Amino acid sequence: MQRNSIGSRFFTKAFAVTAALTAALIASSALAGETLDKIKARGLIKVGVGTTPGYFTPDSSGRWQGFFVDFGRALAVTVFNDAEKVEFTNSSPQQRLPALQSGEFDILLSGVTQTVTRAFKLGFHFGPVVFYDGQGLLVRKDLGVAKGEELDGATIGVQSGTTGELNIADFFRKTGKAFTPVTIEETGEFLKALDSGRVDALTQDATDLAAKRTQLSKPDDYVLLPERLSKEPLAPAIRAGDDQWLEIVNWTVYATIQAEEFGITQKNVDSFLTSEDPGIKRFLGVDPSLGEAIGLDPKFAYNIVKAVGNYGEIFDRNVGKGTPLNFDRGYNQPWTAGGLLYSPPFR
Amino acid sequence: MPSRLSTWLGPLPFGQIFLFAGVLAIFALFGSNTVDSMQRTGLSPGFGFLFHQANFEIGETVLPYSAGDTYARALAAGLANTIKVAIVGCVLATVLGVALGIARLSGNLLLATFVHTYVELLRNTPLLLQLFLWSAIIHALPPPRGAYVFLESVYLSNRGVHVPSVSLQGLSWAIWLPAILLTAYASLSLARRLLTGSTFYIPKAAMTVLGSLVVCYLALTSFGLAATIDLPAKGGFNIKGGLSLTPEFFALLIGLVVNASASISDIVRSGIQSVKSGQWEAARALGLKPAQIMRLVVLPQALRVITPLMISSFLDLTKNSSLAVAIGYPDIVSVANTTANTTGQALEAICIIAAVYLTLSLSVSALMNLYNRRIVLRGEARR
Repeated sequence: MQRNSIGSRFFTKAFAVTAALTAALIASSALAGETLDKIKARGLIKVGVGTTPGYFTPDSSGRWQGFFVDFGRALAVTVFNDAEKVEFTNSSPQQRLPALQSGEFDILLSGVTQTVTRAFKLGFHFGPVVFYDGQGLLVRKDLGVAKGEELDGATIGVQSGTTGELNIADFFRKTGKAFTPVTIEETGEFLKALDSGRVDALTQDATDLAAKRTQLSKPDDYVLLPERLSKEPLAPAIRAGDDQWLEIVNWTVYATIQAEEFGITQKNVDSFLTSEDPGIKRFLGVDPSLGEAIGLDPKFAYNIVKAVGNYGEIFDRNVGKGTPLNFDRGYNQPWTAGGLLYSPPFR
Repeated sequence: MPSRLSTWLGPLPFGQIFLFAGVLAIFALFGSNTVDSMQRTGLSPGFGFLFHQANFEIGETVLPYSAGDTYARALAAGLANTIKVAIVGCVLATVLGVALGIARLSGNLLLATFVHTYVELLRNTPLLLQLFLWSAIIHALPPPRGAYVFLESVYLSNRGVHVPSVSLQGLSWAIWLPAILLTAYASLSLARRLLTGSTFYIPKAAMTVLGSLVVCYLALTSFGLAATIDLPAKGGFNIKGGLSLTPEFFALLIGLVVNASASISDIVRSGIQSVKSGQWEAARALGLKPAQIMRLVVLPQALRVITPLMISSFLDLTKNSSLAVAIGYPDIVSVANTTANTTGQALEAICIIAAVYLTLSLSVSALMNLYNRRIVLRGEARR
């Protein structure tokens, strides 16, 4: 009997402690404020990325480099005026959305396709599209295939959690042909499936496939079909319901696009400070009225261009001509040059 | 005699009630917190999504499924895949494990040391690593065009194993199910007669098997049915025809079987060692041969120790099959993950996975307990 009552007293105490801890935990998560407050308190922006050379990859010293990584740095400049106050973490396509939802990341810059399901049903907001892509097929050359339709009966590797998984099923249903998917979560295994010949083709965003092709053991044995199966507008994704954070993301991206339209680059940005063009004056914060209105450093656009450059520079440096990926600008150039990049006015 | 309620409340009734209320409160808090945060992000909890269209394909299914069917059907197809690998895995792991367990106890030092090393190696490395290894080995096989061919009918390539299959035309469940059950029962009873050594019944049992085969044959022919053998052959991108085991299924199956066989062999060894040496000596004194001693005297007694432990090995294997997701076999976890990703109902998907494994595990242990009750010593069951 005695032992029993000691037991229950112990449990009551242990329980009280647990209850107090749990209450504290729940209170802290419920009271935590908007994304920006959390970022400022932490002194760091947490960004979810993937691993594809050119887009996001750590260099030999462990520093993250790439197209999407540069937009993460631009954000850090907007918030902290310091391109280093940002932390990049690799997250598989399968895990990235729940990770963002649960607050592990402040933003996903991992090439997420903007879709209506993700906006309404999954509860995500998207910033401006930073890369216009389309789904492609990477196939072995010796198959002699020129079009997606000719892949009737083929085994195709898809990465789980991507729009590609859904698009390829739609494509084959539409064409009335059959295929066997091999659904793989992990990016390394996905690539190995093609390398080892387990699958006849991989399907994924075309530019991503072009980058992955360079990682295969014999890149020249494979060809990226010219056909595009879908529209893949890749945009920064954030949790729905935080308008302030969304606007910060929006205008950070627009600043890089607008800078290119103005012809302002990392090198010549200082020379524009003396420009008499009122638009450029507002943009660079020489006229501080705009920055005050949005509650940011009035010179945030200047800081971004100074630290990471304009959109064109970010593109060229990571994926453009002269890089291993050697991409054309295609749709990804300012509307003034025939592309789809269009920033609302800084006014 | 205190009432049930007062026993339950214990010597500190208020403490007990407080504790109970506290636990309830914690769960209520978690629940409301979850619902709150789901609402904040615009998600509506519920299982209505199960009846929406699932727009993804599943690589291999036992149940017929294609993109455009409901999520419920997709999940059922994933579940069937899990059950398939679990059942085949448990059977093969048992066979391999028993053989290894007996081998480890053999007088042959080389054999015993080999099994010992095998067991230690497998029990002390992570299963996930082993699965990656098997997956890599199978992927290293030649492509379909250069496949290894055995007897002109079995193809081994990096697309998996292709074996001939028998397809029956115009056959209904009503005929083949009873026929198969009859044959299975007859073969089982024959196997049992052979195992227990009661030679007297063997001819009779053999007759039953033969009889049921004849019934099957008659059923096939008299109903105007035809059986054709489908041989696999190279064609198009792949090997076509026949029955195929995908590399993912094959890698998962080998990984699970080999891993579970290590622990099962240890269970079998301990079971055999638990049989008192007097039993061996008595059997030897009766003039039984070593194989007969094992089969007729030792194993039946060892089974009483082995069976309860085997239950947990089977449960481990079933639950470990969820690692399939890492090597691309579309099991229930893989399908539920994709479902969560396309519908946003992550919490519901996790609940479904949990419910599935709970149900599977409880049914496996219920079945095994039923069997255990049959083999325990009379009188022990009631203890």
